[in-house]
Amino acid sequence: MSGITAERAIPGAPPREPSYLTAKTGLASWLLTTDHKRIALLYMAAITVFFFVGGAGAVAIRIELFTPQADLLSADAYNRAFTFHGVIMVWFFLIPSIPNILGNFLLPLMIGAKDLAFPRLNLASWYIFMAAGGLAVYTLLSGGVDTGWTFYTPLTTAFSNGNVLAAAAAVFVSGFSTIATAVNFIATVHLQRAPGLTWFRLPLFVWAIYATSIVMVLATPVLAMVLALIFAERAFGIPIFDPLRGGDPILFQHLFWFYSHPAVYIMVLPSFGVISELVTCYARRRVFGYNFMVYAILWISLVGFLVWGHHMFVSGQSLFASLAFSLLSFIVAVPSAIKVFNWTATLYRGQIVFDAPMIYALGFIGLFTIGGLTGLFLASVPVDIHVTDTYFVVAHFHYIMVGGAVSALYGGLAFWWPKITGRLYPEGWARFAAIMMFFGFGFTFFPMFIMGYLGMPRRYHVYPEEFQVWHVLASAGAVILAFAYLLPMGFFAWSLIWGRRAPANPWGATGLEWQTSSPPPEENFHTPPVVEQGPYNYHPEHAGPPALEREQHQPQGRQP
Amino acid sequence: MSDIAARNAALRQPWRSLRRQREGAAFGIWIFLGSEVMFFGCALLTFAVYRSLWPDAFAAAARETNITYGTVNTALLLTSSLTMAAAAEGAAAGLRRLTLCCLAATVAFGIGFLVVKGFEYQEDITKHLVPGAGFRLEAPQAQIFFAFYWLLTGVHAVHLSTGIGIATVLGIQAWRGSRMLASPAFEALGLYWHFVDLVWVFLYPLLYLGGRS
Repeated sequence: MSGITAERAIPGAPPREPSYLTAKTGLASWLLTTDHKRIALLYMAAITVFFFVGGAGAVAIRIELFTPQADLLSADAYNRAFTFHGVIMVWFFLIPSIPNILGNFLLPLMIGAKDLAFPRLNLASWYIFMAAGGLAVYTLLSGGVDTGWTFYTPLTTAFSNGNVLAAAAAVFVSGFSTIATAVNFIATVHLQRAPGLTWFRLPLFVWAIYATSIVMVLATPVLAMVLALIFAERAFGIPIFDPLRGGDPILFQHLFWFYSHPAVYIMVLPSFGVISELVTCYARRRVFGYNFMVYAILWISLVGFLVWGHHMFVSGQSLFASLAFSLLSFIVAVPSAIKVFNWTATLYRGQIVFDAPMIYALGFIGLFTIGGLTGLFLASVPVDIHVTDTYFVVAHFHYIMVGGAVSALYGGLAFWWPKITGRLYPEGWARFAAIMMFFGFGFTFFPMFIMGYLGMPRRYHVYPEEFQVWHVLASAGAVILAFAYLLPMGFFAWSLIWGRRAPANPWGATGLEWQTSSPPPEENFHTPPVVEQGPYNYHPEHAGPPALEREQHQPQGRQP
Repeated sequence: MSDIAARNAALRQPWRSLRRQREGAAFGIWIFLGSEVMFFGCALLTFAVYRSLWPDAFAAAARETNITYGTVNTALLLTSSLTMAAAAEGAAAGLRRLTLCCLAATVAFGIGFLVVKGFEYQEDITKHLVPGAGFRLEAPQAQIFFAFYWLLTGVHAVHLSTGIGIATVLGIQAWRGSRMLASPAFEALGLYWHFVDLVWVFLYPLLYLGGRS
C-alpha cells in the first residue's frame, strides 16, 4: 500500500532545465506575466486569501450557534456574518476556484496549446478579480451587508442598513473577470487544440470547463444587470422593484435565480471534470460511457437554465409554474445521476489505488450523491414547502458546494501538485487529510439535515434548546473540517522545499499535461504534441496486458 | 516593409498563423456579444413584463420622450455603422486612408449621438421626467418607464463611449503606424460597434415609438 508515488518517482534528480517557475524572476515577472500557468498561481494565492476571509465568517457563525442564546454576535452582526460568508464563498471562492486555478493551469496543457487564446485578457481578468475582491473587503470594513447573499428586494433596495452598494459593486465587477475568463476558455478550446485532438478525444475536465464557461458567459450578465437595477434603485431612487409604484419584487427573484441556479452548476461542473480525471487514473480504467459523460455535462448546462423557479415555490408564483419547475428539476437530476453511475461503473474491475486524490474523489461521489438526492427532495413541491428556509436547505447546498466542489478542488490540487510545482506531496499526510475532510464534513453538515427536517430555520442566531445537540455536533465537526482544510495547506507548502522532485508523470496518467516535464517549460511543450488516440487510454487493448508493469489484471472491454 | 513582415509583426502568441488569430479575435468577440445580449436581454425582459402589466401608464410615459432627438440619434448611429463597416473592410484590405477617414467619421457620429443625447437628458430633467418626488406624470407606474428610460439609455451610452474610446485609440495607432492594418482589432471593434448600434435599434421603438401610434 505504499502507493504508486514511491514506485514511480525516479531516484536522483533528473537534469533540470528552466521551467515556467524559474525562467524569469522578479516580482514584475509575476505581476505582468501572460503565462497561463503563472496566472493560475496568482489566482491560487488570491483565492486562498478569500477562502480564509469567507471561512472567518463561517467560524463566527459556528461559534455563535454553539449555544441557544446570543452570546458572541448580535442579531444584526449575525446577519452580516452569514451574508459575508455567502458572498465571499460564492463569488470569490467557489465560482473562480477550480476554473481559474486548475482550469487556467491545465486547459492549455490538456489540449496541447502554448497558452490560452487571449493571454493578456487572462491577466486582465486577474486584476479585475482583485479589484472586485478589494471592493468586497471594503464592504466588510465599512460595516458589511445584512441582506443575505441573495440580495432580495425590497430589503436591499429600501430597508437594509448595510453597505449594499459596495457589495453589489464587488459582485458586479467580479462578473467581468468571470466572463473574460470564460470567453478565453471557450475560444481556446475551439481554436487551440493540438492536431488530432478532436472534440470527442478531449479529456472530460476540458469538457467540464468548456460547458462551465458557456454557462458563465450566458448567466453572469443577467446577474450583472439585476445588480445594476438594484444599485440604481438604491443609489438613485429610480423605481424598478418598488411595489408602491407598481414594481414587482418577485421579478427580482426570478432574475436573480435565473443566474444563481446556473451558478450552482458553474460551481459543480468543474468538479465533475476533476473527478473524472482522478477516478480513471486511480482505477486504471477508461471512463465508462465517455460519450454519455459529455452529453450529461452539456445537458446539465442547458437544463440548468430552466429550473430557477424551484427556489421560489413559496414566493407566490403560480402553482402551474411550480409544477413545471419541479418537473424540470427532476429532469436535470438525470444527467447528474448518469455521471455518478458512470464513475461507479468505471471503478468496477479497476485496479483501485487509495491514494489521496482517489480518496477525495470517492468522498466527492458519496457527498455529491447525498447532496443531489436531497436536492430531489427540495425539487418536490410538498416537501419543499415543509423545509423551505430551514437547515435542510443549508445542508443540501453545502453538500453540493462544500462536500462536492471543495473535495474536488483539494483532490485536484493534490493530483496536479507535482505538475504545478514539480514536487511530490507527502502521501500519508494527504490521505489522512482527505479522510478527515470526509468525516469532518459529515459531522458538520449531516446534523443540519436532521434539525432542518425538525424545523430549525436558517439565518437565526438564537434557537430553541432542543436543537442544541445538533448545533454542537455541527460546530465540533466544523473544527475537524477546518483542520482538514488547513493541513493540506501546510504540507503543500512544506513540499515546495522538502518534497521529493516529481518526474514528468508520477501517476502513470494519460493526458497531454503529463507528457511534458514537471513543472512544464514556459512554452508548455518541448515539441508540439500530436494526438492519435482517445482519452483515458489506460490498458490499451491492442497493446495487450500488461500495459504497465504493475497492472496484472485482464484487459478491460469485451473478451474475444 | 514587405507585406509578410507586416503580417508577422501583427501575429501574437499563442497563435500559429494570422488567419487563425483573426478568426480567434472575431470568435472571442462573438462570444462576448452573446454575453452582452443576455445583459441587455435581462433589462428588456424586465421592461416587457412591466409594459404588459401597466400598458396605459407606459404608453402615456412614452409619449413624453422627445421623438425628434430620438430619431436624429437613430439616423446618426445607423450611419456610423456604415462608416464602421467600411473602416473594418478597409483595414482588412490594407487601405490606409479609407480606414482612417471612416474611423474618424465613426467617432464623429458617435460623439454627435452623445451630444444630442446630452441635450435630450437636459430637457428631460427640466421637464421633471426623473423618477421621484415632483415627477411630471401622475400614474406611479409611469416612473417605472422612466426608470428604464434612464437606465437603458445610460447603459447604452456607456457602451457607446467605450466604443468611441477604442475607435479613437485604434485610429491613432493606425495613423502613427504602431498598429498594422492587418490587426484583427479593427474587425473586433466593428462587431462590437454594430452590436451597440443594434441595441439602439431595440431601444428606439420601445422608448420613443410606444404610445404614439
